[in-house]
Amino acid sequence: MEDDFIPVRLSVNGVPHRLFVEPRRTLLDMLREDLELTGTNAGCEHGSCGACTVLLDGQSVRACLLLAVQANGHEVTTVEGLAQHGRMHPLQEAFWEKQALQCGFCTPGMLMTAYELLQQNPDPTEEEIRSALSGNLCRCTGYQHIVEAIRLAAQRLREGAEAATSSGTTA
Amino acid sequence: MTTTVSERAWIGKDLKRREDPALLMGTVTYINDFKIAGMLHAAVLRSPYAHARIRAIDTSAARALPGVQAVLTGKEAAEVIGPVPAFCAEPVVEHAIAVEKVRYAGEAVVAVAAESRALAEDALDLVEIDWEPLPAVTDALSAMQPGAPLVHENLGTNVVYDHVFTFGDVDGDFARADHVIRRRLRWPRATAAPLEPNGAVCAYDPARDTMEIWSNTNMLNSASWVMSSMLKIPPHKLNFYPMYTGGSFGSKHFLAKVIGIAGALSKVTGRPVKFMEDRLDNLMANDSQGPERLYEAELAVTKDGQFLSLRLRTIDDYGAYFIFAITGNTNMMAQITGPYTIRSVETGIKAVLTNKNQQTVFRGAGSDVGNWVLERLVDAAAEQLGIDRVEIRRRNFIQPDQFPYKIPTGNVYDSGNYPGVLDLALGHFDLDAWRQQQAQARQEGRYLGIGLATAQQRSTYSSTEFWFHNPAPATGLNSTPESVRISVGPTGGVTVTMFSPFWGNSPETVVAQVVAEELGIDPRDVNVTYDSTAHALPSAGPGGSRMTVMLAGAVHGAAARLKEKIFKIAAHMLEASVSDLELVGGQVRVKGVPSSSVSLADIGMRAYWFKLDLPPELESGLEGTFTYDHPYTTKPHDDRKDLGVFYPIMGHAAHLVAVEVDIETGAVRFKKYVAVHDVGTVLNPRSLQGQIRGGIAQGIGLALLEEVRYGPDGQNLTSTFVDYLLPSASDVPAIEVYHHETPSPFTAYGVKGGGEGGRMVAPPAVTSAIEDALRPFGISIDEMPITPEKIVRWVKEAQSRHQRQTN
Ligand code: FES
Ligand code: FES
Repeated sequence: MEDDFIPVRLSVNGVPHRLFVEPRRTLLDMLREDLELTGTNAGCEHGSCGACTVLLDGQSVRACLLLAVQANGHEVTTVEGLAQHGRMHPLQEAFWEKQALQCGFCTPGMLMTAYELLQQNPDPTEEEIRSALSGNLCRCTGYQHIVEAIRLAAQRLREGAEAATSSGTTA
Repeated sequence: MTTTVSERAWIGKDLKRREDPALLMGTVTYINDFKIAGMLHAAVLRSPYAHARIRAIDTSAARALPGVQAVLTGKEAAEVIGPVPAFCAEPVVEHAIAVEKVRYAGEAVVAVAAESRALAEDALDLVEIDWEPLPAVTDALSAMQPGAPLVHENLGTNVVYDHVFTFGDVDGDFARADHVIRRRLRWPRATAAPLEPNGAVCAYDPARDTMEIWSNTNMLNSASWVMSSMLKIPPHKLNFYPMYTGGSFGSKHFLAKVIGIAGALSKVTGRPVKFMEDRLDNLMANDSQGPERLYEAELAVTKDGQFLSLRLRTIDDYGAYFIFAITGNTNMMAQITGPYTIRSVETGIKAVLTNKNQQTVFRGAGSDVGNWVLERLVDAAAEQLGIDRVEIRRRNFIQPDQFPYKIPTGNVYDSGNYPGVLDLALGHFDLDAWRQQQAQARQEGRYLGIGLATAQQRSTYSSTEFWFHNPAPATGLNSTPESVRISVGPTGGVTVTMFSPFWGNSPETVVAQVVAEELGIDPRDVNVTYDSTAHALPSAGPGGSRMTVMLAGAVHGAAARLKEKIFKIAAHMLEASVSDLELVGGQVRVKGVPSSSVSLADIGMRAYWFKLDLPPELESGLEGTFTYDHPYTTKPHDDRKDLGVFYPIMGHAAHLVAVEVDIETGAVRFKKYVAVHDVGTVLNPRSLQGQIRGGIAQGIGLALLEEVRYGPDGQNLTSTFVDYLLPSASDVPAIEVYHHETPSPFTAYGVKGGGEGGRMVAPPAVTSAIEDALRPFGISIDEMPITPEKIVRWVKEAQSRHQRQTN
C-alpha cells in the first residue's frame, strides 16, 4: 500500500508542507485529516454546497472535488488563514457585526468565496454578491445578513485601501 | 421580580453574538472535527431497494480486508444493541441496522469499522447480499388500500393511527353556518437538511461497562436515559458530551441510529468509533422528513365572514417508521384555530406507513402545516364571500383584551395583539400602492400578486404533545425542564454552565445577557460553558422554540439564588443588613452610600478561601443553580376532550409579500417582503432577526422548491443537493423584519420563543401572493412546492379552459 502514496508539496496559509497521500485523497480530507485544519467543512462532498470552499492560488475551489495531489506545488488558503495574529479579517468582523451566520457551518466557505469576490471586485452590487454566492448554500441565515456583511467589508476594505494610498504607506 | 423595560441594562440590547468569533475563525469543534486516540471510522451500506427481505449477507471478503476491524449485519448488531428508542405506543420497531427486511431505500444493512473512512467504504464494496425484493408502497393512498404490501406485517395494516378529535359543537356550528369553505390541500414532504449531517463518536470501555458519546444530538440529557435501552448500558454509565451543531431544525433530536451504529461498533471492537453521515446518508436516511399530508379542510363561516368552526381530515404519510408517533399532528392542535375566534374544531388523523424514510419533526413540527391549511381556507373564504383578505382577518381576530385565551382544544394563548401586528405590517408595506401597481401591471400583461398571512407561532413545548393522542401512552411524560449553573469564582469571574448544546442559535449570548442583567455586569465579562450529561442538571434541550424562554428563566432563577448568598456575605462584610443592600455594576453597596461597597471579587475570595470570615451558616463556594420548569402546562383530560395547556407561550406574525410571476417561465420574483413578528419581549433583536429571516428562507424554499421525491419503485430521487433544492442566495429576497412586543405574562422578562416562526408563516404568505398574481386565470393553489413547471402548466390549462368556454 505504502507504494501507492504520492508526495505532495504545497503551502497552506503560508506554511510549507510535504506529505504523502493516497492518490484518491481529496484536498478536503487532506486539509481536515492530515493537516488538522478542520475549519473547512464537508457539507455534501459532491460539489454542490460550497461549505468546503478554499482558495488555490487565490482562486476559489471546492476542496471536496479536488484531489490532494492536484494541489501539489500550489498555495492553498483556508479560513484559518484569514485572521492575522489573532485579529479577524475585515470580512470576519463584518460577518460578526451583521450576524451573517447562525450555526457557522457554511461560514468558512462563504468567507472564502467572499474573499475571492472582493479581490476581483472591490465594490460589488447586491446582485453581484448574490450571484457570487449562488454556489454556497446556507440553511440558516436566508443570506441577507451575509450580503450585508460582504458589502460592509467591501466598503471598509476600500476605505482602508484609500487611506493607505493617500497616506503614502504600503501594505 | 421582573424589571421594567426602561430599567433593563442588557435584555433587549442589540449585541453581537458571542458564539461567532470562534465560528468565524474555524476553531469550534463540530462532531466531524472531533478525534480521539485509537478512533476507528465507520461506513454504512444502504439498501438499494425500498422494500426487500434480506435472505443472506456474505461479509467474509469485507472482513478479510486489511485495516477492517469489524463488520456488522443487522442481526449481529442486534446482539449488542437493542432497537431504536421510540415514543410511539404502537408496535413499530426500528433497528439502527435493518434486521431481516428493509423498509425504505437507503436503510442501513451493514456497518463497517476500519482504520479510515475510505477503507471502511472499500469494505462495503465487498459485501454480498442475497435480496428478495418485495413490492413497495410509496404513497399513502395506495398504502391504505386492502391488500397493499405491508410495511410492518405485525400491524396487519399500514394505517398505524386513525382517530377523530372533536372539540366543541362542530356539527352544530357547521349547521348554523351560511357558507362552508372547502379545500383539498396537499403539503409536500420536505426535509430539514442542515448543512452539517449527523455524526457520533462512541467510546465503549469494556472494563467499566461505560460509554462516552460525542455527537451532535440536541437532546443530551434525554438521550442518556432514552438511549440506554438501545445501547444496553445503564444511563448513569453513559456520558454524552455537547458539541457545536451545524444546524438542526428539528432533525438532530436524538440521532439514535447514528449513535447506535457507532455504539455497536465500539462495543464489538473495544475502540472508539466515529460514524459521520455523508450527504447521501443524511438525505436518504436521516429520519427527519417533514409531514406529507393530504387535507380535506372545511371552514364554517357566517354571511358576514365570521369563522365558526373548522373541520379537518388528514392522511399523513409517515414513511417506514414511527418513532415520534403523530407528534406533528398533535403539535398543531396547540394553535389549530390560529389567531381567530373559531369556537369549535374537529381534526381527523390517519397516519399511514409507506416505504419511505420516516417523518419526525422539521422546524414548525406540523404547526407550519396547520398555518398553511388555515390561511388557505381564510383566503378562500375572503374570495368566496367577496370580503377583503385583510378585513376578513380583522373580523375574526382574538382581541388583545381576551387573553389569556383558551382555544377549543384546551390550549391557552398567553397574550397577543393581532390587530397591532397587522397594522404595523400594513404600515410598512403600503398595500394601496401595491394594489395600484398590480392593476397597472395587469394592463401591461404582467402578473403581480400580493400575499398575506396572519398566523401563530407557538413556543416552549411541553412533553404531553408526544402522547396525548393516545388513550394508553407508553410514556406519559409531562415536564421539560432546563437548568443552568452560575458560579462566581474567587476573583469575581462569572461563569454560566449550560447542559444543552449550541445548535445554531444563540444560547451563549442569551445566558450572558440575562446574567449580566441580573448581576449588573457586562455580558462580555461572562464566561459561558457547557457540561456533559454525567454532570448535568435536568435539561430537555432545544426544540419547539423553547430555549430562549427556558434559559432566560433558568438564569433568572439561578441568579436569584446566587444573589442571596452574595448579599449574605456582603452584609457580613459591610456590617449591614441584607435589605439595605443593592447590586450595581458588579458591586454590592449600601443603598444610597456608594462609598460603602464590596466587589464581586472581594465576595468571591471571601466565599472560597476565608471560611472563618463567612457567616457561620454558609458553606464555602459561590454558585447558584436553578432548574426552570415549563412556566405553564397542565395535563390533558382523561377523555381528551380537553388536551390541557401544552404550548401556551404564543407568538404571532403577519407577513405581507409582493411577487411578480412570469407566466411564460413560471418564475416567481419577490418585489417586497415585510414580516412583523411578535414573540414577546425581544431579548436580542439581531439574533431574533437572523432566526426570522432564516426561517422565512426555509418557508420560501418549501413554497417554491423543496420536496423529497420518491420514484414509483421507492427510489429516493432527491438524495443529493443537486436534486433536493435548498434555496440559494438568488432565490431568497431581502426581507424587512419588524418586531411588535406583547410580553408573555408567564415567562421571565415576558420573552416568547421565536425560532420557528419564519418558516411557519412564510408558506401561506407566499402561496397567497402567487395565487393573487394568477387570479386573472382563476387558479387556486392547493399544493406546494409551487414550481415553475406547475405554474406554466396551470396557466396553460386555465387558458385552454378559457378558450374552450369562449369557442
Ligand atoms: S462539501 Fe464540497 S461542495 Fe459541498
Ligand atoms: S450559518 Fe448555518 S448553514 Fe449557514
